[in-house]
Amino acid sequence: MIVFEDVAKRYAGGYTALAGVSFEIRHGELVVLSGHSGAGKSTLLKLIPAIERPSAGAVRINGEDVSRLPRRAIPYLRRNLGLVLQESRLLFDRSVFDNVMLPLAITGHPPGDAARRVAAALERVGLEGRGKEMPAGLSGGEQQRVAIARAIVNRPSVLLADEPTAHLDPASAAGIANLFKSFNGAGVTVLVSTHDASLFATSAPRRLTLVKGLLSEDA
Amino acid sequence: MSNWLYLHLRAIAQASGRLARQPLGTLLSALVMGIALSLPAGGYLLLDNVASMARGVSGTPEISVFMDAAAAAEDAAAIEKRLRADPQLASFRFVPRDEALKQLAAGGLGDVLGGLESNPLPDAFVVTLRTGDPEVFDTLAAQMRAWPKVAHVQLDSGWVKRLHALLALGRSAVVMLAALLGFALVIVTFNTIRLQIMTQRNEIEVSRLLGATDPFIRRPFYWFGSLQGMLGGLVALGAVWLGVMGLSAPVAALAETYGAVFALSGPQWPESVAIVLFAAFLGWLGAEISVRRHLAGT
Repeated sequence: MIVFEDVAKRYAGGYTALAGVSFEIRHGELVVLSGHSGAGKSTLLKLIPAIERPSAGAVRINGEDVSRLPRRAIPYLRRNLGLVLQESRLLFDRSVFDNVMLPLAITGHPPGDAARRVAAALERVGLEGRGKEMPAGLSGGEQQRVAIARAIVNRPSVLLADEPTAHLDPASAAGIANLFKSFNGAGVTVLVSTHDASLFATSAPRRLTLVKGLLSEDA
Repeated sequence: MSNWLYLHLRAIAQASGRLARQPLGTLLSALVMGIALSLPAGGYLLLDNVASMARGVSGTPEISVFMDAAAAAEDAAAIEKRLRADPQLASFRFVPRDEALKQLAAGGLGDVLGGLESNPLPDAFVVTLRTGDPEVFDTLAAQMRAWPKVAHVQLDSGWVKRLHALLALGRSAVVMLAALLGFALVIVTFNTIRLQIMTQRNEIEVSRLLGATDPFIRRPFYWFGSLQGMLGGLVALGAVWLGVMGLSAPVAALAETYGAVFALSGPQWPESVAIVLFAAFLGWLGAEISVRRHLAGT
């Protein structure tokens, strides 16, 4: 489903974030991407929704090389991916409901159906009935749950998460990890980067380990 | 279609919300745009009123066709036939030489004319045209001069030419003023949208990550610029109407001194709609330039 073929990413100035990375993620897998800070985890994740373009190699989703997609086609690629970033990137001047609604507004969903989907997504992440609250009034873990609800509200087949448990206390982090496991249990392909792979240890997922831009372990 | 409409309605709601959230800024922008637009709009209206007032005061311009002194009645009949066949003429009347002499005598020159051995005045036709266009006057006069037994053709269109020249000058000035102030309004909108983009950079970036297309991102800014322009247009209309109401009485008094009855007229529906749409277009244009300039890198 997601295939990296000898992918390299070099930034201006000569810094190499990824070098010759190849792997394949099959439909319905839960894959944990681990490695130290600066190992290239975020760069790798950004290549899938074409936030970054590789310097060499190809990134394929369902056979299509997304690294060569024209700019105007990228939004339609991203609509099929659920994206959770390290920082929740919520809109703090909008309610929780409006934040989760945003992907549906972008795709022009009818308001009635969209409202039902938002309520279902909030319920899925344990925030039912809290749509009217503002993000600033929520804890870090709750904000990350809102970001996850926003990522799943479009019912994507792939969920990408970049350090979703960073800055969270252990209990909140475990709760977030359980959410990803439950999404995977429902058939969603999940690729999650973390520096604490033990959070996902109980479900025995596949683990990709990056060291200085190189794939050192695929187990 | 319904999705397209929904996205536009959403963008309008978003743009209206942004305008409503900063009432003072919105009011000031609308006032700046409105006052600037009211100058060319008022100028256009003034010229329109001047043209209509001049027509009322001076009547319809005429051409006088004087026959040769030796022309016979058949010659005058031939000229009359030609005039009757010309579709550009509104009307004409024949002034026989005897009647012209009587009119002159009645005008106070009886003693002078009494000393003459014979009537020196020719037969004449006074012609009124359907148009006030000086070019048509010149063309017709040139044709009439070539007619047989016509001694002289006199155009009563000097004032028409002067008026047309003045109105043309005024219209050029209004167009230049509109272009200059229109440019200023585009800059005002450009800057407003630039600030909007800066304050909403996070929302724009997040929306892009979630799959927003360029039109989705840009649409609210286009509507913001257009709505702000429309508000400016409405302020301009209000300012023009205030001017019309304030000047009506003095203008009527001035016209009365010339023996005329005249009332200033404000912009009619088509003109009002045109002003508001023009202002909206300027707002959209400012937004378009700003969005292209400032959203390219996001």
